[in-house]
Formats: sequence, structure tokens, C-alpha cells
Amino acid sequence: MKLITAIIREVQLDKVREALIETGINRITVSLVSGNGRQRIEEMYRGLTIVPDLIPKIRIEIAVNDESVEKAVQTILKSAKTNGPEGSSGDGKIFIIPLEDCIRIRTGERGPSAI
Amino acid sequence: MIMKTGMKRIFAILLLSVCGSSALIAAENTPVDTGATAWMLTSTALVLLMVPGLAMFYGGLVRSKNVLGTIMHSFAAMGIISVLWMVAGYSMSFGTNVLGGLFGWNKDYFLLKGIDTNILESGVPEYVFTMFQGKFAIITPALIAGAFAERISFKAYCFFIALWSLFVYNPLCHWVWASDGFLFNLGAKGAIDFAGGTVVHISAGVSGLVAAIYLGSRRGYPYQVIRPNNLVITMLGAGLLWVGWFGFNAGSSISSGLSTAQALTATQIAAASAALTWIVIEGFHQGKATALGFASGILAGLVAVTPAAGVVQPYGALLIGIFASVLCYLAIQVKNRLGYDDSLDAFGIHGVGGMAGALLLTFFIRPSWMAEAAGASPTGSWTIWNQLGVQALAVGVAVAYAAIMTLVLLYGLNKIMKIKSEEADEMAGLDRSYHGERGYGMVNPS
Repeated sequence: MKLITAIIREVQLDKVREALIETGINRITVSLVSGNGRQRIEEMYRGLTIVPDLIPKIRIEIAVNDESVEKAVQTILKSAKTNGPEGSSGDGKIFIIPLEDCIRIRTGERGPSAI
Repeated sequence: MIMKTGMKRIFAILLLSVCGSSALIAAENTPVDTGATAWMLTSTALVLLMVPGLAMFYGGLVRSKNVLGTIMHSFAAMGIISVLWMVAGYSMSFGTNVLGGLFGWNKDYFLLKGIDTNILESGVPEYVFTMFQGKFAIITPALIAGAFAERISFKAYCFFIALWSLFVYNPLCHWVWASDGFLFNLGAKGAIDFAGGTVVHISAGVSGLVAAIYLGSRRGYPYQVIRPNNLVITMLGAGLLWVGWFGFNAGSSISSGLSTAQALTATQIAAASAALTWIVIEGFHQGKATALGFASGILAGLVAVTPAAGVVQPYGALLIGIFASVLCYLAIQVKNRLGYDDSLDAFGIHGVGGMAGALLLTFFIRPSWMAEAAGASPTGSWTIWNQLGVQALAVGVAVAYAAIMTLVLLYGLNKIMKIKSEEADEMAGLDRSYHGERGYGMVNPS
């Protein structure tokens, strides 16, 4: 079992979510986060150009069984990328970490079947 | 409106002041009625208050990425239409017939340059009347924005409401409210539209429906659930609209007296009975009374009583409110079946409510009005069925004209610039795409 955490652009949320659902991955957690990475954006505030320190992003968390990891990763890669196949700075990152256990609260069942 | 006799007198003097300089001088010598003027100034401010009220009502109903863009639809109308009204709108609406009565024109009203010292026969300075009517011109196109919320380019919206105001609102306003407008003079005592059932609500609702269908749905509608971002500001907006509506309806008497009191009472009662009816229906249909339902009922009642406020007695207002909520609730259920995306139910509330009010009011007209109509009729008699025919014709004219002209304007404008948002802009949200701003700080996405 793995926990996939993807940080993506806010505007790509609809696309990523729709793509994940299409491949059969519909158990996801989404939150709004802010972060600092390579991307640099300029915004206007009352005629002044400003560069925000933190840029709003979307974090998607998905717990999956091992055989679904690659499918989830490829789906996110495809749907979160902007600017064609090249992509652009700020498209985000995907982190994958091993998941020790998973417990369904309603039944108490554990392991891969609880995912 | 058909305005009551006082209103007709005002227009008679307006007409005279256009035609003869002696009448103009007489108008200048009319003393200011400070009581009536004070109430009309208050009403003008109250109607303006409805525009930010509408901005909040609509703003709360969209997703968080579109909240500022939706609020800007109302605020942009305050800028664009105020300027157009001063330049040509007042003249087109309340000038004398030109082009066979298609709209009005009066060179003194152009840029409002010839009314500096005019005082209407009712004792109200003409500037006050101009500004009061201008507020109606502002809120009408802003109402349409609810039909195509969350998916229109800001630039195209600005051009659309400017064109719509010039070519749909001003002619309709002239027909219904100017003393030489053809709907004003229909039948024995004119088509009854006290404060804007046809001019404001039917025209906005029908135009909204046409625009919603022409532009197509929002991305993901109706499969993706699209929920309001903040019903708290929606409720506050509905409250401001209710308060402002006293200026809208009671101010439409252009006086401060008995007819003002009659309109104010009808307005309060219809809003209350419609709001209660809506949550009772919801109670039976959904099992819960929603806040949005109460707000929708308030609006349905206020819209329906708008054409009626000057001629119905309190029991009539009570029943009009009840019928308005039943019909508007049904209209929204039908919309859900048909699947067109009238996002914030501009047609479901304003179109249907406006039509319901304009027709139903016939059955609750106070006897004194009917007696006056019978007196004015060449045959000496005037029945509610005669009046119903007049009302139906006025509604039909408003529906047909608004629908056809909106379609023509959208078609033409779309040749010059793309009206509907690009998919990427729509996904990013109007706030970011067209304004470079965001409405809220660190809140979860909706």
C-alpha cells in the first residue's frame, strides 16, 4: 500500500479529479495549501507588480494498493501538466510514501481490502 | 407601471415642457414639494442599494472562484448604465415618440443638459426623477447576469449590457412608462405595470433565458455538483433587496402620500407570504425549509408584486405572493428536468414571477381603479377580462421583444468577440481570469 500526495495547480483540480475518476480512482482527499517552489508569478496590486512569497496550490492525497500506484501516477502526470507535453514550472509534484496500514473505521477491517 | 393619475399628470407636464416654452416656464415656477422630494431622494438611494444587494445575493450563490466576477457584474452595471442613462437613456425612455414610437427622444434630455431647473408638476425636481428611473435601468441588466453566471467574459458582458440597455430596456421603458408609449395607452387606462414587472423583470428574465441557452451550460453542468460558496452573503443580499424594494415600489408613485402607502403595504405582504409559501412547499417536497428557499420566496413575491403594488389591496398582495412562489418553484423544477443552465434562476424567479404578477394582478384591482377605467372607456364599461387582455398583450410584447432583440444582440456581438469564457478561463474562475484577484483568502475550494 502506498500514500500518494500530489501538489498541483488550483486550476487543474477539475481535470485531475475527472481523470482519476475515469480510471476508477475515486477515493481522494483534497485540500487547499500554499507553497513556495521554483514557480515565480507576478501579480498586479494597484498598478504595482508584486511577486507573492507563497502560491496557492491544491494537495490531493490518495491511498492505493501497490498495483494501482502506476495508474494513479500516470493519470495525474497527464492531467496536471499544462502547456502541452513540455509542462511548465508550477505544475506541481507527486510524492509517494509506503503506507503501513489502513483501517476502515466502520468495520475495523485492516490492510489492502480497507483501501 | 401604469401609474396612477398623479403619474399621468407628471408625464403630461413633461410632454408639455417638451412642446412649449410657456409650459416649461410654468414648470420652473412650480414650487418644490419638499415632502415628496425627500421621499423620492430616499427611494432613489434605496433602489441603488438593491444593486449591491443583488451583487451579494448572486455572489454567494456561485463557486468561490467566481465570487468577485459575479459581484462585478452588478457593480459594472452601476458604472456603465449610469453613464449611458445620462447620455441617452433618459431621452430614449422619456422623450417624445420618434421612429413611429419605437423609442423617445428629447434634445433637452441628451446629456441631461436641459433640465437643470425643471421641477415636475408633482413638486419633485426632474433630476430626482431622472436618477430614480436611472436606478431601474441599472438593476435590470444586472439581473440578467444571474442566468449566465460563471461563464461569461467580462469584456463581452460589459458590451452586452450596454447594447441591451440601449436597444431593449430603453424602448420597453418608453412603451410602458412614457405618456405617449403605446402600452401606456393600451385599453381604457393603460397596461398596468406599476414599478417594472414587464420593463424590469420580464425583460430581464426572458433575456436571461435566451442568453443562458445561447451561451450553453457551464463546464460540468449538470453532472458536476455546483454549490453556493456562501449562503450567508446571499441571505444578506436578499435582505438588502427586500429593504431596497420599498424604494422600488413605493417610490414608483413619484409622490409621498396615499398611493405610496398602498404600494408599500402590498410590497411587504407579498414578500412575506411568498417567502412563507416557498418554505412550506419545500417542507412537503424536500422535508426541510432551506435558507435559500426563504430568500427565493422573498424575491418571487417582490417580483410578482412589482407590477401590482399600485392597484391591489393587501389581500390581493397576499394571494399574489402565494401564487408567485408556487409558480416559481414549479418553474425551477421544470428547468431541472429540461436541463438548460439558467445558473441562478434569473428566468425562474424574475421571468416567471414577473409574468405571474402582471397577469394575476388583474383579479385583485381595487374597485376605484376599475371605476375610473370604466369612465375612461368609450363604452362606459371595463371588465377584468378586458384588462386581462391588455395585460396579456403587454406581457406578450415584452417577452417577444426581449427574446428576439437579445438573440440578435448576442449573435452580433459574438461575431466581434467571444462572449462565452474559454474553457481554461472558466476552470480558473472569473476572478482570476478577468480581474486578477481572488475573493477569499485561505478557504477550502468549493
